[in-house]
Amino acid sequence: MRRLVPLVALAVVAGCSVGGEAPVDRTVVLVTHDSFDVDQAVLDEFEARTGITVAPRKSGDAGALTNQLVLTKANPIGDVAFGVDNTFASRALDEGVFAEYRSPEADKGPQRYAVDGSGRLTAVDVGDVCVNVDPAALGGEVPKTFEDLADPKYKDKFVVEDPATSSPGLAFLLGTVAHYGEQGWADYWGRLKANGVKVVSGWEEAYTQEFSGSSGKGPRPIVVSYASSPSAEVGEDGKARTAALLDTCFRQVEYAGVLNGAKNPEDAKKVLDFLLSEPFQKTVPEKMYVYPAREGVALPDAWTAAAPLPEQPATLPAADIAAQRQRWIEQWRSTVGG
Amino acid sequence: MAQHRRGLRPAAALAFAAVPLGFLAVFFAWPVAAIVRLGFGSGAAGVLRVLGEGATWRLVGFTLAQAAASTAVAVLAGLPVAFLLARVPGSALVRVAVLVPFVLPTVVVGLAFKALLPDGGVVAIVLANAFFNVAVVARTVGGLWAHVDRRAEDAARALGASRWRAFTSVTLPALTPALGSAAAVVFLFCATSFGVVLLLGGARHRTLETEIYLRTVELLDLPGAAALSLVQFLAVVGVLVVGAVARRRRENALSLRGQAETVRRPRGGEWVAAGLGYAVVVLLVVPIVTLVVRSFAGGTAGYEALAGTGFRGSLQVTGLEAALNSVRVATDATLLALVLGVLASVALVTLGRSRVRPGVVEAVDTALMLPLGVSAVTVGFGYLVTLDALPGDLRTSAALVPLAQALVVTPLVVRTLLPVLRSVDERLRQAAATLGAGPWRVWREVDVPLAGRSLLASAAFGYVVALGEFGATSFLVRPDTATLPVVIGRLVARPGELNNQMAYAACTLLMGVTVVIALLVERLRVRGVGEF
Repeated sequence: MRRLVPLVALAVVAGCSVGGEAPVDRTVVLVTHDSFDVDQAVLDEFEARTGITVAPRKSGDAGALTNQLVLTKANPIGDVAFGVDNTFASRALDEGVFAEYRSPEADKGPQRYAVDGSGRLTAVDVGDVCVNVDPAALGGEVPKTFEDLADPKYKDKFVVEDPATSSPGLAFLLGTVAHYGEQGWADYWGRLKANGVKVVSGWEEAYTQEFSGSSGKGPRPIVVSYASSPSAEVGEDGKARTAALLDTCFRQVEYAGVLNGAKNPEDAKKVLDFLLSEPFQKTVPEKMYVYPAREGVALPDAWTAAAPLPEQPATLPAADIAAQRQRWIEQWRSTVGG
Repeated sequence: MAQHRRGLRPAAALAFAAVPLGFLAVFFAWPVAAIVRLGFGSGAAGVLRVLGEGATWRLVGFTLAQAAASTAVAVLAGLPVAFLLARVPGSALVRVAVLVPFVLPTVVVGLAFKALLPDGGVVAIVLANAFFNVAVVARTVGGLWAHVDRRAEDAARALGASRWRAFTSVTLPALTPALGSAAAVVFLFCATSFGVVLLLGGARHRTLETEIYLRTVELLDLPGAAALSLVQFLAVVGVLVVGAVARRRRENALSLRGQAETVRRPRGGEWVAAGLGYAVVVLLVVPIVTLVVRSFAGGTAGYEALAGTGFRGSLQVTGLEAALNSVRVATDATLLALVLGVLASVALVTLGRSRVRPGVVEAVDTALMLPLGVSAVTVGFGYLVTLDALPGDLRTSAALVPLAQALVVTPLVVRTLLPVLRSVDERLRQAAATLGAGPWRVWREVDVPLAGRSLLASAAFGYVVALGEFGATSFLVRPDTATLPVVIGRLVARPGELNNQMAYAACTLLMGVTVVIALLVERLRVRGVGEF
């Protein structure tokens, strides 16, 4: 049967009509990024209760997702989208990708991260990009702040991702911009460079190959990763072997919204409500390594110890990021040299 | 008329060609044109600005230079292996082993080369590209070499030519068509190589391919991406035209023999070539063995994990389901590509033998190769803005994955089949026709037996390419039908020791599947189409 698929597809192309749509289709296509994941039992319960079928369509990272939504806004590939983050939110809003919808669940925490007052995007989760350290490899002398990382004590110990090619790399750059301001950040990077910071193109290489605290057992004990990463590096004694530096974090917020031109907008709204509901929000730490946007949702035990949510992460307005990111990346390139 | 009776009529050939060309038009030309036009949407100014930048042309220069260097290394390393495959008995295992690099996900190979050459850079990029592509040269050239009549070479030797002289003046010219085909394919693969360039080159060594990706996906700069796609397209067409012209001058009829007549134990200086061949095979196998060893770093934990969905359910399918998905999708893609590739090859050969202008034949030939040279991102995003116009909205359909893979596999089938079909001695066909065989009978009795082996070789190769395809697949595939390379990419992108072990175990599984399938196809030739 399966081998017939291309032939059937060709037949479709050739103009033959194959099959037909069911008359009442309650499928909601959820366009999302590669990292989307949901607890099947929770999803099953929602589908059984509402009669809605959720069909996730994953495609690339947050950037690829945003651009796909922009390109298909005249005839969207789904009904609701999840995963546009605060570095891409302005672009999606400017292009009119999302329809207005204020979920009744939105004022239970997500409103804290609202991009603007229009209610087109609602925060689903937050995930902080923070410097991670391997205390054992550092002999217990662990840095704490941005400034410490430029200390000669940590020469040749730090590995970061290129902000031009990596999303955590960009978030860390934005964190330094927020911390040092437009005047000071380039100077800070000059000092990091003098202190032997290593730049690699992606998280995979930085974390799994260069970082000493991961399974790769690399040479460098300090890396840019996520606040949640230590929860995955728990030893046999149940304690995390690595730690996130909570004063170096930049907050990435992931949003969801109903798409303009959705075929099934009413059910799409219900799916958005579901993403904000307590049962779904409870699962986001384990499933997607992020923190719930909803208030009062308990974190898993492993997280409370190994990966608490940073209290005062740096942020920048989405509009500023959209306007300046390319210039910042180019200036970073000329400072650090890629 | 007399001429036409020997083969298919050109009109029939054109009808054959219409199927692959139509496929190409719908699933390649239209989407690419649409996305480029979108880049021009806000006026040509943005596109022209990018074309006017010196940085753009440095990008073009580096792209072509690294592709040329990678191709040179792959050809030099591939030739001795081709000799092994063609002339040394007992090389069936080598034939299968060289295929393995092709299925490895670029992120894994990139990380392996980065560990080997920590500074990365141009050398690492060239070596990694060559590592992937030695198989193309070895198998394409080896396929033809196996059938090159040994007697001409022996005659040259008997007349006093040195072994080297006999090789360069007799054997090499006979191999040129296959060599040209292989070099063209390798060049296109290297020019559009994405994963390893991004990983090993970082921001310093960028190519058109990585820059198109960054501009399309991260910077959302469509005019810039359109400008670069246009440049990439023109560069690829330029290279293909040069290749076609070079082939036109060289292609000639060979008297092909069955492999049983040409294989024998190497003698004297031939051992040097065989030794070089074995050395290359060892170099190819070392990174593979390293990966296998790494998959056992945590004992068998990684392999046990293949039955599940990763650390805290990182995946929506188990490793084993992903393997099944891979096999299913690759089967669809290969069958489709074989149909398209055979139709195209027969059409091209028939047109080449008829009075149709050679320019037309070359234009069709070049068009079929283009999908190898254009960015998967451009095609993928092109699908988004075009395919909704077709009934059934294929944009989000699972059927799109094998279709996109077939786009990449079809040119490989054509490139493997065409040199052999073209080398069929016209006198054999004339003799058959004189003896009363109709056009179909001539094909069945002469061309098919001679090309059958190449067809199977190209099927095995195409299958392996489809199995390993990552760029287009990761963009189009749905999570519940994820293939092994996609699953590996996803596991590597997550923290947690188990995910890492599972990723390497999945690599080993992927290599195992590849070897089994290649062996099965190799066996087919014994029971299937005979040789002479």
